[in-house]
Amino acid sequence: MTLDLVIFLISSVVAVFGATMMITQRNPIASVLFMILSLLAQAVLYIQLGALFMGAVLVIVYAGAILVLFLFVIMLLNLRGRESLGQPSPPISLTVKYALAVLFVLELIMVVKSSFSSDVFADAGNPGVMVMQTDNFGAVNDVAVLLFQRYLYPFELTSILLLVAIVGAVILAQRSRDDDGPVDAASSGESEGKAAE
Amino acid sequence: MIPISAYLVVAAVLFGIGTVGVLTSRNLIIVFMSVELMLNAGNLVLIAFSRALNVLDGHVFVFLVLTVAAAEAAVGLAMLITLYRNRETVNIDRFDLLKW
Amino acid sequence: MIDFSSVADNFNVIYPELALLIGAFAVLLLGTVKRFAGLCTSVAGLTALIALWLAVDQFGTQQSGFFGMVTCDAFGSAFKIIFIAIAIVTMLIAHRFMIVKQIARPEFYALVLISTFGMIVMANTTDMIVMFLGLEIMSVPLYVLAGFARRSLQSNEAGIKYFVMGAFASAFLLMGIAFVFGASATTDLRRIVADFSYIIYHSGLYMYVGIALILVGFGFKIGMVPFHAWVPDVYQGAPTPVTAFFSAGPKAAGFAVLLRLFMFGFEGVAELSSIFWVLAVLTMTAGNVLALLQDNIKRMLAYSSIAHAGYILIAFAVGGEDALSAAIFYSIAYAIFNLGAFAVVVLLETRSGCRSDFSELAGLSKASPYLCAVLALFVFALTGFPPTIGFFGKFYLFSTAVKAGFIWLAVIGVLNSFVSVYYYLRVLKVSYFDRVEQPALSVSYTPAITLVLLITAAGTLGFGLFPQKLLEFAQSAVFAFL
Repeated sequence: MTLDLVIFLISSVVAVFGATMMITQRNPIASVLFMILSLLAQAVLYIQLGALFMGAVLVIVYAGAILVLFLFVIMLLNLRGRESLGQPSPPISLTVKYALAVLFVLELIMVVKSSFSSDVFADAGNPGVMVMQTDNFGAVNDVAVLLFQRYLYPFELTSILLLVAIVGAVILAQRSRDDDGPVDAASSGESEGKAAE
Repeated sequence: MIPISAYLVVAAVLFGIGTVGVLTSRNLIIVFMSVELMLNAGNLVLIAFSRALNVLDGHVFVFLVLTVAAAEAAVGLAMLITLYRNRETVNIDRFDLLKW
Repeated sequence: MIDFSSVADNFNVIYPELALLIGAFAVLLLGTVKRFAGLCTSVAGLTALIALWLAVDQFGTQQSGFFGMVTCDAFGSAFKIIFIAIAIVTMLIAHRFMIVKQIARPEFYALVLISTFGMIVMANTTDMIVMFLGLEIMSVPLYVLAGFARRSLQSNEAGIKYFVMGAFASAFLLMGIAFVFGASATTDLRRIVADFSYIIYHSGLYMYVGIALILVGFGFKIGMVPFHAWVPDVYQGAPTPVTAFFSAGPKAAGFAVLLRLFMFGFEGVAELSSIFWVLAVLTMTAGNVLALLQDNIKRMLAYSSIAHAGYILIAFAVGGEDALSAAIFYSIAYAIFNLGAFAVVVLLETRSGCRSDFSELAGLSKASPYLCAVLALFVFALTGFPPTIGFFGKFYLFSTAVKAGFIWLAVIGVLNSFVSVYYYLRVLKVSYFDRVEQPALSVSYTPAITLVLLITAAGTLGFGLFPQKLLEFAQSAVFAFL
């Protein structure tokens, strides 16, 4: 058992564990923290795959910014997971959902596994094994050259995407003076809790 | 050396967990995070294939996908705040004004 | 080093969408100043018209730029014209409605323009990663638009549902693109087509998984059965002009990308034909049967849009140039008469207290006979009666299917059209023959919406009688299909 394999096993188990805990927690804050754990483990996998820069970006941007945004919203709305989640879904639909998801995972794994020993990467040396890593694979410099030359256009598109996300978020969450509750609240009799603000 | 398929299996499992989360979770925040997890599984696949093919294009795609995830999170959370103001709940089963 | 002398050539390719983008920025900036906020509508409309002119000017040329990331072929530029026209019509429909419902904000127009930009990006590339980004640029404004009536619980809910489903679909799409990238070491469809047999031979399994996941992702986006559950809810909950936009723009964009992916990129996969056969039958049958049960007009139109997506899917099963032009033709035709039908619904909803239930149509023929006649025209087109464009579109689609030997598919399509007669004609039955105690509220026309009704009615009838021009347009779009 090589060190490589040990690192892979530990980090993949942690990644899967974090993800599982994330979807099963009641308290959303714990959920976010488990998600961050899973992301850190995934970042280790990235680095093991030679993606040094992207591993760093994953930690900084994803764990550091996006999930903090989630935390921020949870704190803002004061969600502690104490809210009663009401009646659970009817067992039949729940079973169907789980069955579908499990089937789907099994199928993906089967597909991936069946290509395990085939000559998927015949050109890449040994079947199913990665080619030898070139020097500096995944260095910031090389990624940047690719990003700003060949992929300049998609890169610029992301700027527009971010702009429209900002505009959209402001439109949706902004609170103007004439806002006082929903206009068609007739059928919603569930404002037991106190207002969010 | 670890075969590329091992990483793909991890990604597939993460993707599946994300799918289960979206389909079964009743807390909207967790649903959003499950979607993020699914995107992350896609990223892992991209990185793994990038390594296997010895090209850097996959890394660039991951970079772009991170932006997409950020944009989606921003809009989704803003929508959640609006909804919470009006309804005082993030329970997905309560959103039943329109039949599913 | 980057060769800067060719930068100008690159921008030549994207002039129309750049115009849209500049218009959107101008609207956003003007909207911040109260004094200029009134100008926003005209600025948005004007830039969209300029973009339309640029797109028409560009039609027929064959260019690519930005290291092959943008490909503006005849197919792409044809869809540019369609998207921009749809955006203009949406803005005309929306103007009065937004004021009446007290949700008029300048950002609405900016979001419509940026969403249209996203559609154009999607349709004008052969690179899958650009398609993905274009799809996101199109979708993110749509999520916001669906929830645009912030104080309406229905609109909130539509926004959230659309967002969750859309993000879920994007994740599938990304996974699919990742697998196709893994199999072929590229995301450019042209290179995939060039090496297709090699890729399938060496890493066929990854390729198939990728294609299946991409199909699921886009299946959600275009409302294909069994991924259609969100469509009726979102259509019903969103503000009606936004629904009109949903049913025309993103749908056409989704089909444009699907056409490029599955009739060009992955054409070599033989099994796809039978998969699309099943999907087409499922989609049109489920859409038509479920539409029978609806009491709300917007919901009924939502299911009808699912059914129409099913008709277009026939073209994917058939394959080949004729089917491609039939699909383009039907997309355009559907956009025309569906926008017209939604314009009527918007007009009816601007009356106070209307939620577009069927019962509200009662007595319409007495109160506003002209509107009722126009509605009848659109309903005939949706059903596929001659002499409307709807008839010709279906005829063309089914006849290509028969010619290619897909006789059963055409038969099922025709049977489905018969089913749809029942619920479409119910609209006319209620509005012409149902008795009411008090006369229906009359509607107040505005120049904008009258213009829309005139254009769409003229298009529905005119292209129905003389389809030659539109047919040539659809065929020339196929001619240089990269």
